[in-house]
Amino acid sequence: MTVFIIRRLMQSVVVLFAMSAIVFFGVYVVGNPVEILIAPDADEAERARAMKALGLDRPVWAQYLAFVENALGVDLGKSFVFGISAIELILQRMPATFELVIVSFVIAIGLGIPLGMYAGYKPNSAGAKTIMAGSILGFSLPTFWVGLMLILTFAVSATEWQTWLGVPPALQFQLPAGGRGPEGSVLGVQSSLFTWSGLGHLFLPALNLALFKLALVIRLTRAGMRETMLLDYVKYARAKGLSMRRVVLVHVLKNIMIPIVTVLGLELGSQIAFAVVTETVFAWPGMGKLIIDSIDKLDRPVIVAYLLVIVVLFIIINLVVDVLYSILDPRVRLAAKA
Amino acid sequence: MPEAVLPAETAAVPARSEATWLRIWREFAESRGAVVALGGVILVILAALLAPLLAPQDPYDLRQLDILSNLLPPGSKSAAGYTHWLGTDDQGRDMFSGILYGLRISLGVGVMSGVIALLVGMTIGLFAAYAGGRVESFIMRVVDVQLSFPAVLVALILLAVLGRGAEKIVLALVIVQWAYYARTVRASALVELNKEYVAAARCLAFGPGRILFRHILPNCLPPLLVVGTIQTAHAIALEATLSFVGVGMPLTEPSLGRLIANGYQYMLSGKYWISVFPGIALLIAIASINLVGDQLRDILNPRLRR
Repeated sequence: MTVFIIRRLMQSVVVLFAMSAIVFFGVYVVGNPVEILIAPDADEAERARAMKALGLDRPVWAQYLAFVENALGVDLGKSFVFGISAIELILQRMPATFELVIVSFVIAIGLGIPLGMYAGYKPNSAGAKTIMAGSILGFSLPTFWVGLMLILTFAVSATEWQTWLGVPPALQFQLPAGGRGPEGSVLGVQSSLFTWSGLGHLFLPALNLALFKLALVIRLTRAGMRETMLLDYVKYARAKGLSMRRVVLVHVLKNIMIPIVTVLGLELGSQIAFAVVTETVFAWPGMGKLIIDSIDKLDRPVIVAYLLVIVVLFIIINLVVDVLYSILDPRVRLAAKA
Repeated sequence: MPEAVLPAETAAVPARSEATWLRIWREFAESRGAVVALGGVILVILAALLAPLLAPQDPYDLRQLDILSNLLPPGSKSAAGYTHWLGTDDQGRDMFSGILYGLRISLGVGVMSGVIALLVGMTIGLFAAYAGGRVESFIMRVVDVQLSFPAVLVALILLAVLGRGAEKIVLALVIVQWAYYARTVRASALVELNKEYVAAARCLAFGPGRILFRHILPNCLPPLLVVGTIQTAHAIALEATLSFVGVGMPLTEPSLGRLIANGYQYMLSGKYWISVFPGIALLIAIASINLVGDQLRDILNPRLRR
């Protein structure tokens, strides 16, 4: 196990270096941020001073070397736009993104596993068919479009349809169309999860981000359910006199969790990437919104820093999933021991 | 002696093709949803191809745009005498015309990148399967790494580097998608390579190019077709997403995603039509291509064949 982890870590370092070089040269070869950041009527002396201040007067390879040197000390340069350390900027935005991703995962798992188990337990029922049709929609609808529809339904025209349905004004609700609510503090942890307004702001973007994963969890759970229900140990447990409820909720559930945990773990990284779109739609002040704004302004240090942070996150997530997998599945654990 | 090895198949080839198409169609038509979806695909393609004939207005011709008739709700009469069935946007552009032309761009970019990615991925996948050994494992490792990063993110970064424009989006989508095709083709080519007809072709001293493209490739086409259909739908959705966040198509050539992004700011003030109608068009395109792809997968999958 230790050898395995060490080997994986060494591979990761190689990937990290390759990515940093590709990203750095790719980002720095294109466009000239001087033209964006310095007023067009600035004279030559002013331009030269600004370029020196930003370190843009040196050759690209020298800039890269300086960058690698700094990266090892976790200093990825200063944002051209904000004037503060790029990595600091990203770390500031990270909690907002994590909040969104975690809540969306809770929604996807909390709804997806029960729905998928039902769809797999009674595959021919009308309910199961509705769930599966819904999951196809979840796969094929573009995230940003669903987000817009959620805003339209629950924020912009919420009062209209509720009045039309005859809901008394005192009971009507309207969710905020974007932004993040105020933060609360519980046990020293700052999060907008701990205030009512924060939860209200979080609900629509989290639901939006969850839909794709929800469809995925439903499909995985249903497939696992249908395969597992046919196995001998299920028949044996029934023959032994266990109730169907216990067989499904204890024995079957444990076994179908293995593929679900693996896939979801790997999807955690892509969820952080997908948050880019949701954050843009809902004006959520996370890392994704930051990268879109930075691309718009060609704020190169922030783009590079964001990418490296994402690569590091991916590497950590993949490693954790591999370890978790071996803990969950006794076959893998025993094989590793032998 | 290929005839001796494969008597049934060789004999069946001339008579087979028509009956096969008929059988495929019959199996395809078993799902009514898939037939409706196929109708949707045809409708969308026709709308895109015939956009200049169907649209009451050329949305790129600035002389035809009347800034005074901007933000009209659906059903309003235009100054030129026709009805804006889907309203107008902030430039006074007829939304129906805008959607038809936008569909042209979205489908064009999606299909173009799908075809190029298919050709590139197919060639690389076939090559990997045939070469074997280190070359193969290197190529497949690249594929694995590529697929472990989410497509949205890779495309976003590529476009941040490349800049805006249709050909740059196509390039980014090809880079994101070739790996799916390479993986698919390699998997089926590996199975085919072990079959006797390949050994027979080798005995006849056919070159690797001829064996790969004339003999192995046709047998790898069914899964490739399925992946191609679904990846094209993905490409269209991805282009729309990228254009929506502002790194895709430029404002002068609005694809559906760009139209939706454009209407987003007006949606909060209740002017829903600028975003909603292009969204519905996008939805019909993506959902019907996906459903057709799903049904194709079911009928072409030998494991599910009855």
